[in-house]
Amino acid sequence: MPPESEPRAGMSLIVKTITRLVASFILLFGIYIVLYGHLTPGGGFAGGVIVACSLILMLLAFGKTFVFGFISERAPTLWDCVGALAFLLIAVAGYFGGTFFLNLFSKGTPFQLFSAGIIPLCNMAIGVKVGACLFGVFLALAGFRLSQKRSV
Amino acid sequence: MILEAQNLPYLFAMLLLAVGLYAIIAKKNLIKVIVGVMVIEYAVNLFLLLLGYRAGGVAPILTPDVSEKAFIEQTVDPIPQALILTSIVIGLGVLALMVAIAIRLYEKYGTFDVTEIRKLRG
Amino acid sequence: MSGVLIGLFALLLFMVVASLIAVEAKDLLSAVICVGAAGFGLALIDLLLQAPDLAITQMVVEILCLVVLIRVVITRRDETHETPKDTFTVGGVVLCLGLLLAACYACFKHLNPFGSPLFGRAVEGASVVPMADQYVANGLEKTGATNYVMSVLLDFRAYDTLGEATVIFVSIIGAYAILRKVGRLRHAAGK
Repeated sequence: MPPESEPRAGMSLIVKTITRLVASFILLFGIYIVLYGHLTPGGGFAGGVIVACSLILMLLAFGKTFVFGFISERAPTLWDCVGALAFLLIAVAGYFGGTFFLNLFSKGTPFQLFSAGIIPLCNMAIGVKVGACLFGVFLALAGFRLSQKRSV
Repeated sequence: MILEAQNLPYLFAMLLLAVGLYAIIAKKNLIKVIVGVMVIEYAVNLFLLLLGYRAGGVAPILTPDVSEKAFIEQTVDPIPQALILTSIVIGLGVLALMVAIAIRLYEKYGTFDVTEIRKLRG
Repeated sequence: MSGVLIGLFALLLFMVVASLIAVEAKDLLSAVICVGAAGFGLALIDLLLQAPDLAITQMVVEILCLVVLIRVVITRRDETHETPKDTFTVGGVVLCLGLLLAACYACFKHLNPFGSPLFGRAVEGASVVPMADQYVANGLEKTGATNYVMSVLLDFRAYDTLGEATVIFVSIIGAYAILRKVGRLRHAAGK
């Protein structure tokens, strides 16, 4: 379904066409880097930044009204807080085993996706947090474009 | 005094730090100061990375075709890499804050020049 | 010299030259693009020195920094008039930085030589074993993760990662607070 956008918002037709083809693959690549962080290079931080970059690409190419058509206005700050709280909950849940941040779950066999205890869960929480907060701060920084010289 | 090849990479990292410090101290434009802080971040990350390198080493990621004992003999130190990962992402947060301050200063005074802003016209 | 050392020195020289151009360029957009080039040079050095996590993170963070900085610089015309260069100040700063470099060079003999880190030099049966040896030797059975950097970051040193998440959270909230429109509208209405 071609996205509806105002003709003047966003960038030129070439950028819009390429973004339609590519933005979902960048999002998928970011999620892959977050999920496989305990087996291959990457992890929560790099994957979170890649997810934020895909959202920023859509924002720059199609404009603000299109992006806020499928996520709500408060979504970046909301998911930022959810990610941070999830990370804290995983840390506190370590108390069930004895100490703060204890690696509770089973270690599993190496080289499998479901292994290494709490490390994949921590990666997911951090990925969500970093992605949402960087997208939110880019929204705040890019919302103030044209400024006039202040007359004294 | 002869520069030994084993210390030359460290000297380059310190040279990068000196370039960043010069930008922060002697430049009048706010954006140049931000550029100086970014260069200092690169210099510090580079220095930590150079400390942990083992000549002829492999990355600290275990693959199924290498035995664990042989891997431990030739891996690069993983602790500086964890520290640098933390530092890179914190650098991004600091840059966001600096850019927010620069935007507000430009909206209030109309210029990025530090000598104009210092006159406290507002 | 091995290929790694030649590539490393070439990239280090590239980084120093790019940052010098970034600091001295008259046009703000050129300065921002040059510092982006220095960041990409650092990502390539990470690949050469066998740190793939760092290469991915540095490359992506560098792209985000470039986008933000170009967005800030390109819509703001800054007409700073050219002041004559104050040679006394600049000369003094360069002299002090030269002294700093000389002092650093004198300290380098106490560091481990480049290429042989302190980790891995533990003698068999010594009473004090460096921490990195223990992390690498027991990492797989204690955490189950094959990426040793992630196991250090999220299991052995998870408290530091909690601190890092807190720092990012607070700095982003600070940026939101500075760029709020509500305070400024009220200030403009109250004048």
